[in-house]
Amino acid sequence: MENNNCKIKLSASELPIGDIVEAGTAQNFITGDWRSERPVWNKDKCIHCLACWISCPDSSVKIAPDEKKITVITGIDYDHCKGCGICAKECPVKIKAITMEEEKK
Amino acid sequence: MIKTVYPKGRLVAKTGNEVMAEAMRQIEPDVVAAYPITPATEIVQIFSQFVADGIVKSEYVAVESEHSAMSATIAASAAGARAMTGTSSQGLSLMWEMLYIASGLRLPIVMAEVNRAISAPINIHGDQSDTMGARDAGWIQIYSENSQEAYDNMIQATKIAEKAKLPVLVTTDGFIISHCMEVVETYPDEDVKNFIGEYKPDRYLLDTKRPYTLGSIDLQDYYFEHRWQLAQAMRDAKDIVLEVAKDFENTFGRKYDLYEKFMMDDAEIAVVVIGSTAGTAKVVIKELREKGIKAGLIKIRVFRPFPAETIVKDLANVKAIAVMDRSDSCSGTYAPVYSDVVSALYAAGITGPKAINYVYGLGGREINTEHIAAIYDKLGKIASGAEKAFTGIEYVNVRF
Repeated sequence: MENNNCKIKLSASELPIGDIVEAGTAQNFITGDWRSERPVWNKDKCIHCLACWISCPDSSVKIAPDEKKITVITGIDYDHCKGCGICAKECPVKIKAITMEEEKK
Repeated sequence: MIKTVYPKGRLVAKTGNEVMAEAMRQIEPDVVAAYPITPATEIVQIFSQFVADGIVKSEYVAVESEHSAMSATIAASAAGARAMTGTSSQGLSLMWEMLYIASGLRLPIVMAEVNRAISAPINIHGDQSDTMGARDAGWIQIYSENSQEAYDNMIQATKIAEKAKLPVLVTTDGFIISHCMEVVETYPDEDVKNFIGEYKPDRYLLDTKRPYTLGSIDLQDYYFEHRWQLAQAMRDAKDIVLEVAKDFENTFGRKYDLYEKFMMDDAEIAVVVIGSTAGTAKVVIKELREKGIKAGLIKIRVFRPFPAETIVKDLANVKAIAVMDRSDSCSGTYAPVYSDVVSALYAAGITGPKAINYVYGLGGREINTEHIAAIYDKLGKIASGAEKAFTGIEYVNVRF
């Protein structure tokens, strides 16, 4: 089972028995497609406090080490972000590096 | 040190419960999670003593209910352990939703089950209402006629479960077998261990090198396919049960089948029964045979999977059959074993034998040789055409 968009479904004889699914398949699930508001991250305002990253219920705030090996925010994973707005809420008031905007299809 | 330990195997006087605990000691599962319930209490009580005395290396999980017992057993089995439990009656009922999870996840759990009536009214004595209520749960069900069979079935069940990837429950009739002492031949520990072998699951949750998800959501996409797999596994399990029985016979010299035929070769009238009452019926048959009456018996050992294809062949030439149920479905029609036997006959196009349904022994009500002799007497009259076969259920030894 590659992901839920897989067009060819496995038959009863091909399916692993006992409801066994390979680990980590949630990554292939594009759960962000029903978002009504999207968080927009402003790279210039961000102080990389990681409050948004630690608060995100969907692990949708992307992080990476910079050249000094310090963990910094690098963007938002819109494939899995459901637009709950927690990141924008948790972003320090004086900074407001994340704002919620209406999702446009 | 408990007196019930016989590492070298020998002839011993034991109750059904003691001998089931003895089988569990020899199997030495990795995990046993159980909650005591009459009349199965002694099985896990004795086993927990084995654990406390360091006789077995098993992990014993003392849980707060049977629902937790089944849940912990499932978790242990999914983690890769050889896991067992024991229960009875209301305890099995409390496990109900977890029974389906054990079979749905295809976990080879073995359960020692002592048949007992279901409340209300409260009754602690033997009938098969509990396991008959769990008959659609996807568990292999093996019934024992006496303590020897209970012991042998437990050993075989371990191997059957692991080969079929299905949970297995082994039953004895409450108090009739569970608390009555009989002579049982136990086998040396080493032989039992060699017979069941080491448990090596294909995949297990504690295998960090090959992580996987177990018990995820299936919905319309895959649930149907998984349920088909389970039903097919149950159909395939017949051959596995027979294969293990063959191995068992070669190792320990006792022969087992899906069901036992007693004097069936030329039988004109036959009784189909499950459990300890088969022993009583055998006594009656021997007496009838001396009088020249061609009486026979089919004792169903493996009720799930139901041995429909072969059982019809053995019943095809009988004139009248009585199916004796120690439970009542309260279905408005017939009891469970009768329904299975008759639908198997009809599906095979066999309409010759007159099949009648008796319900007996609920809540430990006595069933003796006279009751069974009366049933054969009735069958004789139906076979000769002197009496009509009755429709509906006939209740044995009940006051109206």
